[in-house]
Amino acid sequence: MAKKTLKTEKQKSAFWNNFILIIICVVWLVPIVGILITSFRPPDEIFRSGWWNVFPHKENVEIERIVIPEAVDLDGSFEILGKTATFDQFRNTVELDDGRLITWYGNKRTRTAIISEPRWVGFATNLTTKNYSDVLGGKTISYKNAEGQTITRTGNNLSGAFLNSLAVTIPGTIIPILIAAFAAFGFAWLDFPGRNIVFTIIVALLVVPLQIALVPILKDYVNMGLNGTFLGIWLAHTGFGLPLATYLLFNYISTIPRELLESAYIDGASNFTIFTRLILPLSVPALASFAIFQFLWLWNDYLVALVFLGEKNQTVTIAVARLVGEKGQDWHLMTSAAFISMILPLLVFLGLQRYFVRGMMAGSVKG
Amino acid sequence: MSIVEAKTPTPNGNNSVNKILAWFGTTLGQILVSILVPALTFLVLWQGYLFLQRANAPQIVQVSVAIVWGVGGVALLYLVTNWLVMKLPKEISRVLQPFVFVGPAVVIMAWFLAIPVFRSLIASFRNYLGTEWIGFDNYKFAFTDPRMLETFRNNLLWLVFGTSFSVGLGLLIATLADRTRAEVIYKSIIFTPMAISFVGAGVIWKFIYTYKGTGVGIQEIGLLNAIVLALGGNSQPWLNLPPWNNFFLIVIMIWLQTGYAMVILSSAIKGVPAELLEAARIDGASEVKTFFSIIVPYIQGTLLTVTTTIVIFSLKTFDIVRVMTGGNNGTNVIANEFYLQSFTYTDAGKASAIAIVLLLLVTPVIINNVRQFNQSRRGF
Repeated sequence: MAKKTLKTEKQKSAFWNNFILIIICVVWLVPIVGILITSFRPPDEIFRSGWWNVFPHKENVEIERIVIPEAVDLDGSFEILGKTATFDQFRNTVELDDGRLITWYGNKRTRTAIISEPRWVGFATNLTTKNYSDVLGGKTISYKNAEGQTITRTGNNLSGAFLNSLAVTIPGTIIPILIAAFAAFGFAWLDFPGRNIVFTIIVALLVVPLQIALVPILKDYVNMGLNGTFLGIWLAHTGFGLPLATYLLFNYISTIPRELLESAYIDGASNFTIFTRLILPLSVPALASFAIFQFLWLWNDYLVALVFLGEKNQTVTIAVARLVGEKGQDWHLMTSAAFISMILPLLVFLGLQRYFVRGMMAGSVKG
Repeated sequence: MSIVEAKTPTPNGNNSVNKILAWFGTTLGQILVSILVPALTFLVLWQGYLFLQRANAPQIVQVSVAIVWGVGGVALLYLVTNWLVMKLPKEISRVLQPFVFVGPAVVIMAWFLAIPVFRSLIASFRNYLGTEWIGFDNYKFAFTDPRMLETFRNNLLWLVFGTSFSVGLGLLIATLADRTRAEVIYKSIIFTPMAISFVGAGVIWKFIYTYKGTGVGIQEIGLLNAIVLALGGNSQPWLNLPPWNNFFLIVIMIWLQTGYAMVILSSAIKGVPAELLEAARIDGASEVKTFFSIIVPYIQGTLLTVTTTIVIFSLKTFDIVRVMTGGNNGTNVIANEFYLQSFTYTDAGKASAIAIVLLLLVTPVIINNVRQFNQSRRGF
């Protein structure tokens, strides 16, 4: 008996665990689902109704319009389809006995009432990929706004921004890793004066906010003509990423068994050979963890790109932020742009989550 | 040399090649090569730089060249420097080689992080152009100006609510998920926002908070207003309602950071010995009691690390505020005020003072990191 109650007790708690988790997960996912659906809806519909209307729902569908004759005085009570009410009541919708609804259209002068009926509407079928092609291209685009007017303007050239982001992130990820791997090997296995103190300073630099560097470095860049160049932003990301990269790789490389290196030295290998033939291949897991970390951080970076790259070689984050700033109501463009900016990091992230988590654990000293 | 010798038997045609190769073996040749190779390397890299500067090729070509040039350039520089150092007499190269390895990293970190600390410190005592000493005026602004006081208040809100909810929710989810079969799925979903940029998250949440206003026949397209209307309330311009708008921004941080806290805490919870939990259950302790008197004390080190990381994050918060409100309507934060001072009002003095304030705020963490590192590596 006791065992049985324990079991049902357990099942009950498992049910509640799952229940709470499912609710939290739904809350977590709904925002993403919302913009994903919105990005596929035609612009005028986005303005007219919420994205959840793409799912089957009951909606008041217009069935006819009635024009009230000039003879009827709208200031008092009057009659439509046998129902008597004042203008204000009609404006706020009056329900007929059979369930149909009467809603006045616009102001008094229209003399028009809309008759509608609640009906079930199925899945939306007019989804489109035009928003994506509009926001990706750099040419002129046109679309209908909420009032049905056609708007024409230049596209946002997000495909160009996407390429720029690649040009920033790929070298911006590989360069610091390469430099950090060399340095980590040097700190872990080579002896030179000042080794201890320099490495302690690197540990101290782990959480220094990069704001401290922006103004001085920007000044240097303007003097050197590096502002707005890829080289400039690679260097900046290398500088800001190096402390963590060096620290992580040092921790990893210093655990490689001493005997392994010593036997290589005895065989007459130089430091450089040992590094490229032995250390680098052995450190692949650590390199991969940091690479994913740095890749996501660079792809999603806004501040550094904004300061050092500006709008000349704009990255996707800058392009999306500009879209929000300039065209704050163009949800069809903003949602598709946001989704484009998310695709690559999401794929990398979901595909290589294991490595990412490992890197995160090792690097949790950094802010 | 052995290659040259091996080739000697082959008749006539290769003689001149051999002569050239042999000549390269002499000291003079060695020196010349040592100059020629770096010069050539430099020339190649410089041409690449000029090509990228001129920027008249199609973008895809340019981007590809940039990637190859950047990555290849760094590798090439290491190779050439190491090759040069190895050419020196053994005693000298032995001393110099460590610097080939650590030198570039140290120089770059010095340039981009260590020296700027002092440059910002100096700039914080000078006027907006950096031409005159003005004493503590910038710090007077940083600590007493109403603008700054507002940012301090808001950062405190971010710190307290953002951190406690991220860590609390992360801990709750990690604990609950640990007892279910679909753990991996739950955790992946909660973790996913970590891959999304703050700018992207800004768009996502701006859409949730969007407000159309009152009027006949207007349907709210923002999820929050639609829910409020469905529950019988009135729609609101959520992001224009101080001080509550701060909380609507903090929700975004919680959405992004809970996954981080959850993953790290989850692995810590899995490290709690099963015997310990079993013993508590046999003693009749309830789940809640086990959680608070066994699991939490056991993982408190990890809890502290996670909390510290998220606290630092909340102090530096910038992108979300920048994209969502620009710091208007009482939502300004320290990092955004820094951005405004340095790039909108171009006041290098005030901006530097704010940067130093940020640095001061994280200093306890820096000291702690250094102390822990030194303890863990006595025999470094």
